[in-house]
Amino acid sequence: MKNIIIIYSLLFPLLCFSQEKIEGMVMEANSENKHLGLAGANVYWMGSQMGTITDEEGLFSIPFTKEYNKLIISFVGFESDTLTINEPKMVHHSLKPSNQLDEVVIQKKRDAVQKAYYSAQNVVTVNSAELLKAACCNLSESFETNPAIDVNFSDALTGTKQIQMLGLTSPYLLITQENIPMVRGASQAFGLTFTPGTWVESIQITKGAGSVVNGYESISGQINTELVKPLTDKSIFVNGYANQNGRLELNTHFNKQLTDKLSTGLYIHANRRDQKEDNNKDGFLDAPLANQINILNRWQYQNPETGWVSFINVRFLNDEKQVGQTAFDPITDKFTTNAWGSEIDTRRFDSSLKLGYVFPELPFQSMGFQASYSNHKQDSYFGFNRYDITHESIYSNLIFNSILGDTQNKFKTGLTFAYDGYDELVNSQSFDRDDNSVGVFFEYSYDDLEKLSLTAGLRIDTHNRLGTFVTPRFHLRYTPWEKASLRGSFGRGKRAANIFAENQQLFGSSRQIRLSAESGTIYGLDPEDAWNYGLSFLQGFDLYGRPGNITLDFYRTDFKNQIVVDWENPQEVSFYNLDGKSEANSFQLEVNYEILKNVDLRTAYKYYDVKTDYQSGLLQKPLQAKHRFFANLGYETAPNEKGSQWRFDYTLHTLGRQRLPNTSTNPVQYQLGDYSGSYSLMNAQVTKVFNTHFEIYIGGENLTNFTQDNPVLSADDPFGPYFDTSIVYAPIMGRMFYGGFRFKL
Amino acid sequence: MKKAILGITMMILATVSFAQEKNKKMSFEVDGKCEMCKARIEKAALGVKGVKYALWDIPSHELSLIIDERKTNPMKIKTALVAVGHDTKELKATEDAYDEIHPCCKYREDDADDSDKH
Repeated sequence: MKNIIIIYSLLFPLLCFSQEKIEGMVMEANSENKHLGLAGANVYWMGSQMGTITDEEGLFSIPFTKEYNKLIISFVGFESDTLTINEPKMVHHSLKPSNQLDEVVIQKKRDAVQKAYYSAQNVVTVNSAELLKAACCNLSESFETNPAIDVNFSDALTGTKQIQMLGLTSPYLLITQENIPMVRGASQAFGLTFTPGTWVESIQITKGAGSVVNGYESISGQINTELVKPLTDKSIFVNGYANQNGRLELNTHFNKQLTDKLSTGLYIHANRRDQKEDNNKDGFLDAPLANQINILNRWQYQNPETGWVSFINVRFLNDEKQVGQTAFDPITDKFTTNAWGSEIDTRRFDSSLKLGYVFPELPFQSMGFQASYSNHKQDSYFGFNRYDITHESIYSNLIFNSILGDTQNKFKTGLTFAYDGYDELVNSQSFDRDDNSVGVFFEYSYDDLEKLSLTAGLRIDTHNRLGTFVTPRFHLRYTPWEKASLRGSFGRGKRAANIFAENQQLFGSSRQIRLSAESGTIYGLDPEDAWNYGLSFLQGFDLYGRPGNITLDFYRTDFKNQIVVDWENPQEVSFYNLDGKSEANSFQLEVNYEILKNVDLRTAYKYYDVKTDYQSGLLQKPLQAKHRFFANLGYETAPNEKGSQWRFDYTLHTLGRQRLPNTSTNPVQYQLGDYSGSYSLMNAQVTKVFNTHFEIYIGGENLTNFTQDNPVLSADDPFGPYFDTSIVYAPIMGRMFYGGFRFKL
Repeated sequence: MKKAILGITMMILATVSFAQEKNKKMSFEVDGKCEMCKARIEKAALGVKGVKYALWDIPSHELSLIIDERKTNPMKIKTALVAVGHDTKELKATEDAYDEIHPCCKYREDDADDSDKH
């Protein structure tokens, strides 16, 4: 009985079908009247949703309903025919070849649209227009108008700006240049100042775990810098800059397209300061005497027919800085007690190769190879402290991109090899080491093209000091409603802390270095290991017809191990493995809105809770403001037909009080108290664009003229036991004006 | 019985798939006008099994595809496109499907590219 039902139910649909469909054959009309089936011809009901394609013999079958009675048969290169059909029947039809071929439009592919709302990772892109808002001068100063990055002062000597993200300093960020790790190891302290601002095309800031493709080292985020490209940059660009304190900068770019496939660019940067500035009259230079020459040559090759693209870069840098007492003359006073002084000389050579291949027939499949070599040599002394480091680095990464099934499911996979050789001399003690690692990675990304996208990555590395370890990273983006996106991420990062290179400011003090060396592999210490978790919500809106958005971010970094840098004894700096907990929590509320036509406001409130178990107990990280407020106001007039316009820009930073490292055991005159006061800084800039070729700008920094009272502790006795230049919480330079021009052809 | 059905379906599949190119490039026109249409069209195309890559160009209305011909054919993709409200040269969306699309995407009334307004 059961069987009969099954058979019947199987037969029934078949029977129905045969009554309600049209079957037939499409043939090519020919003089011999041969039955030549046409494969791949379109057969469809006019104005309907029903259509099919003939098989390799020219046969087809299409459902029949009473709604439609015009059956269209079409094929490229043949005249289309429309048959009127009122009842299901067999159709045999011949198509006549047409003389005219249907026009075939071959469309060049467009660049992918930037989808800030759609990517799984929390990425902020800083474009070149944004970079012009802070006209000076190098990468470390490019973040002043962006709330994702905090800019701090590293020490009272060099005035170098140090960047932070999510409450952690730059060693915990992966800083790449065109996706090749760049500012790391020996270049950690000054590396960002070695990329001139005009070389930068755009910056991508990724908050949180980031991608596994570029390595395992990032903990709180990634910053990638794209440099200008010979093919797209202006053929000639000249930028000159001068400020009140005697800093002079010159940038020139020359680009030439040699053939339709090959272009080259030569970029030369020089900066200098000869003027001795000591406005706070403490006998110490407020800013270094400096001299830098920085030359980059790029070659760009691209061949759209074969799908090959390539970049070759060669860069040479020589940077000299002199800091310390104004009376210091290196020739007579080096390593003497005549005067306290310091010189930091850096020579760096970089070269890199990028090779990319896009499979011409498969736009979703590509291969990339990156290789770089750098040699970084810093020779320096700080009073009687000597610090020399040579860091030789080789990095290569091979990446294969493709899809699983369709472009909604993509993956990247590849191999990384890295070598770092360090020759380090701290006073008379040498710390040489060679690191090498090999890793494989796989990153899968899914995009449903609407509400959900995610990136899940995993890498496994074998490192001679960090061991063999797994780095998972995960990002998810969900769009609950229009113009909103909710993001979540987690990931691990692991790194070898280069304790001296990263904390060079300690040499400008009388502090004794205490290294609690145990059985670890890096200076006797263990690798740093942390997990980062983040949640972020972005909502775009339109108010009075003008766009805006609001972002809420919460991130947490949880250290499994950290190399604790302990400044809590004013006579010492100690490095030891974390015993207990260390975490950085950050919260950010950011609002961007075009408050009036052409007037953009960007404001952010940031809260940081960064605490670590020191040997003396759980303490907030020193020199870290818990509360920060940021506002940036930009206005530009509409450009006229020559491109002439005015641009105005104003930035405010307010920092809450900062905990100062403990100085309570010092004599009273060398004590600083527990907290610094809160303060505000203001910068402004006006740019006048005359035409598309020429513009000038003037601006002012630190307009409220707020400076730290005593940036150099025990400035009157630099060779005494209380000397310290490392406790800096506010600017040393007061109000400063600058001006410059840009010429482009 | 099961085996027989499987066999029959296999045979049908086999006859439908002729020149079996794994990565067949093709393109055809699809009506639409803006970024939202683009997202909807590409998503619908990629939703068809065997479609590996879909890129719809706003000004030319051209949908470029890479498909696995063993698994799909242009009519199947067009059927999916009309189901989400976008007309093709051959198949047309029902009024119901067309009504479903966002008001700014009503290409039948006004075909201008106004994607910069959204």
